[in-house]
Amino acid sequence: MNRIAGVLLAVVGAVALAGIALHRHEPINALWIITAAVCIYALGYRFYGAWVAARVLAVDPSRATPAERFDNGRDFVPTHRWIAFGHHFAAIAGPGPLVGPTLAAQFGYLPGTLWILVGSVLGGCVQDMTILLLSIRRDGRSLGQMAREELGPLGGFAALIGTLLIMILLIAVLGLVVVNAMKHSPWSTATVFATVPVAMLVGVHLRHLRPGRILEGSIIGVALMLLAVWGGGWVDTHALLRGLCDWSSLPLAGFVIGYGWIAASLPVWLLLAPRDYLSTFLKLGTVALLAIAIVLLHPQIRMPALTSFVDGHGPLFGGRIFPFVFITIACGAVSGFHALVASGTTPKLIASEADVRLIGYGSMMLESFVAIMAIIAATLLDPGVYFAINTGAGVVGSTPAAAVHTISSWGFPVTVQQMQALARQMGEATLFARTGGAPSLAVGMASIFGSTFGRGLLSVWYHFAIMFEAVFILSTLDAGTRVGRFMLQDLLGHVYAPLGRTSWYPSVLVSSTLVVAGWGYFLYVGVIDPNGGVNILWPLFGIANQMLAAIALSVATGILVKSGRARHAWVTLGPLAWLALVTTAAAWQKIASPDPHIGLFAAAGALAAQLSAGTLPPQAAAVAPQLIFNQRLDAWLTILFTAILWLVILDMSRVCVRKLRGLPLSACSEAPYQAARP
Amino acid sequence: MRAAGARKVLWQAVAAGVCWLRALSGDDAYDRYLTRHAGAAGGPPLSRRAFYREREERKWSGISRCC
Repeated sequence: MNRIAGVLLAVVGAVALAGIALHRHEPINALWIITAAVCIYALGYRFYGAWVAARVLAVDPSRATPAERFDNGRDFVPTHRWIAFGHHFAAIAGPGPLVGPTLAAQFGYLPGTLWILVGSVLGGCVQDMTILLLSIRRDGRSLGQMAREELGPLGGFAALIGTLLIMILLIAVLGLVVVNAMKHSPWSTATVFATVPVAMLVGVHLRHLRPGRILEGSIIGVALMLLAVWGGGWVDTHALLRGLCDWSSLPLAGFVIGYGWIAASLPVWLLLAPRDYLSTFLKLGTVALLAIAIVLLHPQIRMPALTSFVDGHGPLFGGRIFPFVFITIACGAVSGFHALVASGTTPKLIASEADVRLIGYGSMMLESFVAIMAIIAATLLDPGVYFAINTGAGVVGSTPAAAVHTISSWGFPVTVQQMQALARQMGEATLFARTGGAPSLAVGMASIFGSTFGRGLLSVWYHFAIMFEAVFILSTLDAGTRVGRFMLQDLLGHVYAPLGRTSWYPSVLVSSTLVVAGWGYFLYVGVIDPNGGVNILWPLFGIANQMLAAIALSVATGILVKSGRARHAWVTLGPLAWLALVTTAAAWQKIASPDPHIGLFAAAGALAAQLSAGTLPPQAAAVAPQLIFNQRLDAWLTILFTAILWLVILDMSRVCVRKLRGLPLSACSEAPYQAARP
Repeated sequence: MRAAGARKVLWQAVAAGVCWLRALSGDDAYDRYLTRHAGAAGGPPLSRRAFYREREERKWSGISRCC
């Protein structure tokens, strides 16, 4: 029976892929992509995932998990597999798989879609499941601890520094996405701002009025959030309030930075925890609603399979399809960050090793499906509209007439009237140069929801989508700043012991300020950059995230070889080799390319030459020195990431060679076998 | 007869969904803690308020959200 189902899935999947391949020069229906994706996931889960779990990881349901052995009803709690699945998915699903695929759509719908499917089934899902099982076998140890114990102090240190830097870049780029969604949009700004007091109200409710009634508090909170979307529309029609909420990007960036600093120092129960409950419910609800709407609507994809921008001159970000489509998709296919969650709270919830495939492999499959939905939402837009929303004024010109002229000259016709009509429908003053991916995703989501559930409400759907993205971006921003603070305190504690005390107020203040200053700097430079900032920050974040994935896969490969499973180590070594190649190639181009559109040093040099020749307009000349400094700094950061990556790979290779030659090694830190309760 | 059966299945599905949401959000965590605590030795259990306070502090001192 299983075999028949497998063959059927393979046939349907192959037909769907053939459909995609044969429709190369005509519009294709999104249903082909959805069908191909579901079949590939089902086959990957049923065959490859099952094989890796059984043969490579030797999953053993008779072995007691840490949740069973240390069950304390608090952090170690054996949890039903579907509940643990929900927890893990809610933890790994963030804005990354929404933003990355939206940006990668500049190459056409095909490259991004293929990498999301192949990368997740062979790379991301395997990484998440492997790290989860390795952590379960080591009493729930973190990636950093495993790197230190199994590879050496170098690996542990690299994981710590890498995580801290990624966190800073991630928050900066997400902050930029929110700022770009709110700039000169009173409706979006009012709605996003209103989510803060709503979360605080829920916080007070859960803490003082009805302690711990989370479901009740969340339902009230989500209802208030929806009210905030509607209320934002009201603000937009009110002359005075409209003026109060109409901000350009620089002051908005100031608000976000100030907010981040205050939020990181507030107690978690007041803002962070309640908003996270709300964002989890919104996230699960919206993902489900989007999936239903896409299947019901099955829209036509309007973007070509491949655009001419595969040659490296894309307007959203520079760089050829190889390696930049892989760097840009990042979290939708493989995310190093997931390894931190899979070796954090999740392993302490797993009731049986038999659940590892569903929770590790399955959650990542669902995350990858979210990325597929994001690419569909981006590519169902008219390509001209997609480029008009997502391209910075520095590339296409600052007036609407100049922008449509440039974009139409690329072969993607669009008119000022079309953009104005669309902006009016969405309840916005303009949609030109709204870089960062959130507004174009919101337009795509609004078209899907509007066509499926009622066309008259397009502007409400648009702002619902903006609120949905902003709520969990702000959650990531708070949580990330807080974790960054703990990591920094851990590091500073080695310099001066009291700074390591997480509750010592001066230390909290110093470390919070340093972390916020770190991401605040990148956010500020992104905001003043006429090209939109995302074009530089997102690839840098992508390189850092793929580097962290490579570190996780190095730890996994090292442990597989050390524990006598070298024969099967290709399962993690394959994705590792590919990520090392992609990351290094991307880093090399960002550092050494003489093309200022791609190379960071080249861009800094070109700008410096223009500045000294006096050919820059006064406004651009004023910010040029900061942009030049930033591009050089980003180049050095890229060099640092690549160096960390190769140091860890060399360390892992050293361990493997010693093992294969029979030389002594540090002991394997796997906990001894203990039988599970029947 | 068939309508009554269908209604029962529907209610069971709704109840299972609510249970899942309660467990996912942590709404039932304190009840489960009390059940577990009843069978164990040691001092009196934490109050509902203290339990949630501790739970949230612990949750947000590590990486529990990502990109």
